[in-house]
Amino acid sequence: MATKTIGSGQVGRSVGRLEGAAKVTGRAEYVHNLRLPGMLYGKIVRSTVSHGRIRAIDTDAARALAGVHRVVTIADIRTVVPEPFYGPAFHDQPILAVDKVHYVGEPVAVVLAADPHIAEAAAQLVVADYEELPAVYDEVEAMTSAAIVHDVLKPAGTFPDLKHLQGRQNTNVALDFHLRRGDVARGFAQADHVFEHTFRTQQVLHLPLEPFVSVAEAGDGRLTIHTASQSPSFVRIEIARLLGWPENRVRVKVPYLGGGFGAKLYIKLEALVAALALLVRRPVKISLTMEEQFYTLTKHASTFRIKSGIKGGKITARQCEVWWNGGAYADIGPRITQKSGFTAPGPYDIENVQIDSYSLYTNLTPAGALRGFGIPQLVWAYESHTDMMARALELDPVAFRRDNLLREGRPQATGTPMKDAAIEAVLDRLATRMNWGKAFDRGTGTIRRGRGIAIGFKASISPTTSIAIVNVAADGSVTLYCSTVDMGQGSDTANAQLVAEVLDIKAESVTVVHPDTDVTPYDMATLGSRSMFHMGNAVKLAAQDARDKLAALARELGLPEGTNVPVAELFQKKYKMQAGNIIGVGSYIPAYAPPDHDTGQTPNATPFWMVGAAGVEVEVDTETGHVRVTRLVNVADVGRAVNPRIVETQLSGAAIMQLGFTMHEKIEFDGGQIVNASLADYKIPSILDIPPDIHSEVVEAEQHSGPFGAKGVGESGTFGVSPAIANAIDDAVGIRLTSLPLTAETLYRALRVAQNDPLEE
Amino acid sequence: MSRTIHFTLNGKPVAAEIAPHQNLVEVLQQRFDLFGARESCAQGLCGCCTVLVDGSAVSGCLFLAAFADGSAVVTIEHLAAGGKLDPIQQAFIECGAFQCGFCTPGFVLMAGQLIGAHPDPDEDQIRHYLAGNLCRCAAYPEIIEAVKLAARNMRKGVE
Repeated sequence: MATKTIGSGQVGRSVGRLEGAAKVTGRAEYVHNLRLPGMLYGKIVRSTVSHGRIRAIDTDAARALAGVHRVVTIADIRTVVPEPFYGPAFHDQPILAVDKVHYVGEPVAVVLAADPHIAEAAAQLVVADYEELPAVYDEVEAMTSAAIVHDVLKPAGTFPDLKHLQGRQNTNVALDFHLRRGDVARGFAQADHVFEHTFRTQQVLHLPLEPFVSVAEAGDGRLTIHTASQSPSFVRIEIARLLGWPENRVRVKVPYLGGGFGAKLYIKLEALVAALALLVRRPVKISLTMEEQFYTLTKHASTFRIKSGIKGGKITARQCEVWWNGGAYADIGPRITQKSGFTAPGPYDIENVQIDSYSLYTNLTPAGALRGFGIPQLVWAYESHTDMMARALELDPVAFRRDNLLREGRPQATGTPMKDAAIEAVLDRLATRMNWGKAFDRGTGTIRRGRGIAIGFKASISPTTSIAIVNVAADGSVTLYCSTVDMGQGSDTANAQLVAEVLDIKAESVTVVHPDTDVTPYDMATLGSRSMFHMGNAVKLAAQDARDKLAALARELGLPEGTNVPVAELFQKKYKMQAGNIIGVGSYIPAYAPPDHDTGQTPNATPFWMVGAAGVEVEVDTETGHVRVTRLVNVADVGRAVNPRIVETQLSGAAIMQLGFTMHEKIEFDGGQIVNASLADYKIPSILDIPPDIHSEVVEAEQHSGPFGAKGVGESGTFGVSPAIANAIDDAVGIRLTSLPLTAETLYRALRVAQNDPLEE
Repeated sequence: MSRTIHFTLNGKPVAAEIAPHQNLVEVLQQRFDLFGARESCAQGLCGCCTVLVDGSAVSGCLFLAAFADGSAVVTIEHLAAGGKLDPIQQAFIECGAFQCGFCTPGFVLMAGQLIGAHPDPDEDQIRHYLAGNLCRCAAYPEIIEAVKLAARNMRKGVE
């Protein structure tokens, strides 16, 4: 990717990661490394049934094991946290199970010991007795199921669109979002063709290689939590709420993360270690195993029924019904249902739109945000559907899309006009890179070739706040304080580049202080590709504030406007020695208007749009159903690329992750029990799975409200991958797959059905 | 139950009292404050815990510490012990061959063994040699590039 700098030459330059040397030498700091004097290790005892009333928990044998410090149940937790329920949308999740368990793997007790092996052995000795209850696992069945996951719904109260659910009983619906634009019934009636298809996605896992880990230490009326979290400010506020303490008595520190991808958001282990540390008055660490990650958070499985009316090659009406499998606790699912739900019709200009999007409770591991916040599930459906219609109408898939694209200034389904969304430029660039207009060799014999494309978009979550502090020391060196978590996306480096651009210094000279809520100011969280835009704006404002204060200091010292006297000399002149600081502060929250409850309409749904497209070429072995992706091209609109090298890595990394979710990753359930909870049975992409030809690039674009024209990039590479592959398979062998993952077995069975020679089940 | 083992660690003779069930990663972390080898999958499948024992890469999470008795153990921390980065580490930085960095030490050590065996590896050799190391951030294209660059620089250094 070409380097294209501006002004001071810091933005647009592929600065090497500030922490590069620390990471290649193995010395980068992770919570995983932390040990504190007197620390106890906790091992969680987990539910063995998917829905049941707890009759009794027998801890005698565990307590009797030599070396066990304590065995803790919810009764003990309640002595320090009387109302032990947390969650960003609903206060539905208990620190340990209360009365009932709602999924296999739910924490029901904890064993504490100084030796983690003893804690693990003792955890095996705890026996819980359950009265099993009827369970529900499928998101569509959960709409009408007699099995009810939660007796009473408990919205957190912070979101107005959840208020109507307060106290509701006999339902598994944790949010229903509706959008009405135009008249779909009339649109279908007047259409030349009407198509309806249903698509499904499976549960998959974030699987960061650093599993969840948190440490808490209490003392002097304060609590410090060291945690691998993407949301330190949220953790501080939520723990303070649980304890009834002011925020300033809770300190949350986050070093580097060994991957996050949306898993390490909100409260995961933090409330548990906090309560344990207060209970036993010793530091407590809990590190999950790889297996336990499968019992913590997954990506929503989904069912999407989509219906479109076409008139004269234009999509004139679209109806979307989406059911999101939220698992046993809402986590951030209701936000996904709404904030992503409203983009369900895709990046197309459609006059009549109806969306009904439902967040469902089921008796499975809770589901949350995973690199795309619901968007990959939606793009999978609407871009498969788009291709199926184009093929049925014998229209070129690129031309059909281009004829229907949402263009600048046109209203999206919410009524919000599109702005700074280079949808057409992305599609055109992708078509060029794929040589779309040229003849394509579709192979012969048992190896057939195909190609496919797909394009998706996403609205940034809003409204959210970021605050940053830029500190100029007396020698002129600069430190940035912000609560953005660098989990691998390179935010430390990119933010340093913004500071450096404003202050006209080298990005490499900026020190970035990692999140520590005693020191770094509030930030909503590192999620949803929001940081480059929101924190970026705050960082830029903070650096400008520092620059303005330096200029004021120069004026105060009688220096001429625009003086080039070095900063260190300004301090020297002012304080007569190397002393003092200049503190710049930046605070950013974009404008936003919430959608109307009944129609989903709003003049301002989002501060910015992300656009991502993928093109693939595949080879299908018709004797085995095996699909080989030989080429993968990603094109995105990221506004201006602050660090082109990191942007490219983010795009290709996201696309490869989505390749895993498309081709083979799937959490297998058997009656609510996960049967493949290990890396041996749940395969993620390895270096052997990378297409031989992989290419990522951005289009020339600018986000006018973003810092130096930039916006988010972390998720855009995921959008188009799954449908592009399904479209390419159809192109190769004429088989349409509508459920993920696209395994060789599924395709082979479909090929045999097409040959009127189906395999036995 | 516990016993004392003796081995060389990053070139220095050391001793440690260990329990029979302890693996090498635990002992490196708890007795020697070396955190570059990390346990992740605990099944020897991800490569995050890679350690060199008598010159060969092993999965430290599956390698009982007792087996290290009498051997030479090298960890990622040894590579830049003199303050200067190894050519492979340098190439990983130059090519941006990591994101979160959790798997990076394993990749660097494995790449060293690869270049030792194949000083001029082609892409296929790189892919097959590194197939036992996983990177969830999927910096694989950059890792392939980094290994090629490191091999090139190391060949130049030898010539």
